[in-house]
Amino acid sequence: MNSPAEGKGDGIRLTEEEKARQAKRNRAIALAIAGLCLLFYVITVFKMGSAILNRPL
Amino acid sequence: MSELGADIRRETLISNADPEDFLALLKPRVMSLVVFTALVGLVLAPGSIHPVMGAIAILAIAVGAGASGALNMWYDADIDAVMKRTVNRPIPAGRVSREEAFGFGLLLSFLSVMVLGLTTNWVAAGLLAFTIFFYVVIYTMWLKRSTAQNIVIGGAAGALPPVVGWAAVTGSVTLEPVILFAIIFLWTPPHFWALALVKSDDYGRAGIPMLPNVAGEKATRLQILLYTLILLPFGLAPFSMGFGGWFYGAVALLGSCAMLLWALRIFLARTEDGLRRACWRMFGGSIAYLFALFAALLVEWCAGRLAPALSAMRGALS
Repeated sequence: MNSPAEGKGDGIRLTEEEKARQAKRNRAIALAIAGLCLLFYVITVFKMGSAILNRPL
Repeated sequence: MSELGADIRRETLISNADPEDFLALLKPRVMSLVVFTALVGLVLAPGSIHPVMGAIAILAIAVGAGASGALNMWYDADIDAVMKRTVNRPIPAGRVSREEAFGFGLLLSFLSVMVLGLTTNWVAAGLLAFTIFFYVVIYTMWLKRSTAQNIVIGGAAGALPPVVGWAAVTGSVTLEPVILFAIIFLWTPPHFWALALVKSDDYGRAGIPMLPNVAGEKATRLQILLYTLILLPFGLAPFSMGFGGWFYGAVALLGSCAMLLWALRIFLARTEDGLRRACWRMFGGSIAYLFALFAALLVEWCAGRLAPALSAMRGALS
């Protein structure tokens, strides 16, 4: 017998609470990745210093 | 699939965690002390670091400390579940699985070391990696469950952040950060043994060989006093070595007197209730002592930076 939240043959179906938690975690992961991108951008800019302007135009 | 099978599958595949649970894995309160001591190591170091790079370095050290906290909770989930103090942590409470904590801790360890290395230098990054390794492997996996000297040796991990902060600026380690290391290292036993004395039942139930459970209450009281006596000259050392000024000297002297008084109260306590109160006072007071020492160094550094700026401003106005 399947549990109430489990459909036949279509895997586990999330309850509303589980869906909300998953969405919260997804948002946190998205923020963390965006923060990491920004961090590496800032590190690159500060490491390069004025050399960042030294490029062929 | 059977109902039991479906339940197990659900428990295995579906996470119940909120982002806050992952933050709790980082032990934010421990992290705050790490951030503070690392910041002091970083600002006291000779040489200069761009403030933005310095802030990123502190962030990396904080995340590294948090990562070792997550790995500690991954490994210690079994004993956390039987101790009152830790039973509500995310893993024993069933909100985060051990696998999630392990992956999270490992990923953050790697990222923190890489970011510190890229931002500052690889000496600092190597020291941070060693700190995480020491806390997780040497302390958590080995010493914690096998010897009553667990927190004495394991305290080295908690004492390293100012050294990492110093190395982030200079790329090397000199006597000054070693003194800061020694202060935290020698502070750890009286601080944690005071807690262990009042929580010995909890530690006993979890099978952790803390000193009060192994050597007894009397020996622990003596050890607290002895370690406090060894700590005090190290607390005053920054003043005598010249990298702490008069303000630091005064704070260290007052703090030393207080620590000695609290240790003596534990040593001489005659009643069960008196001992409990003395232990709690030492536990909270020792945090204030450590905070005050490092804050005094930070205040002196800020004053040293602000004084020339203020006199220049005064000169411009007159």
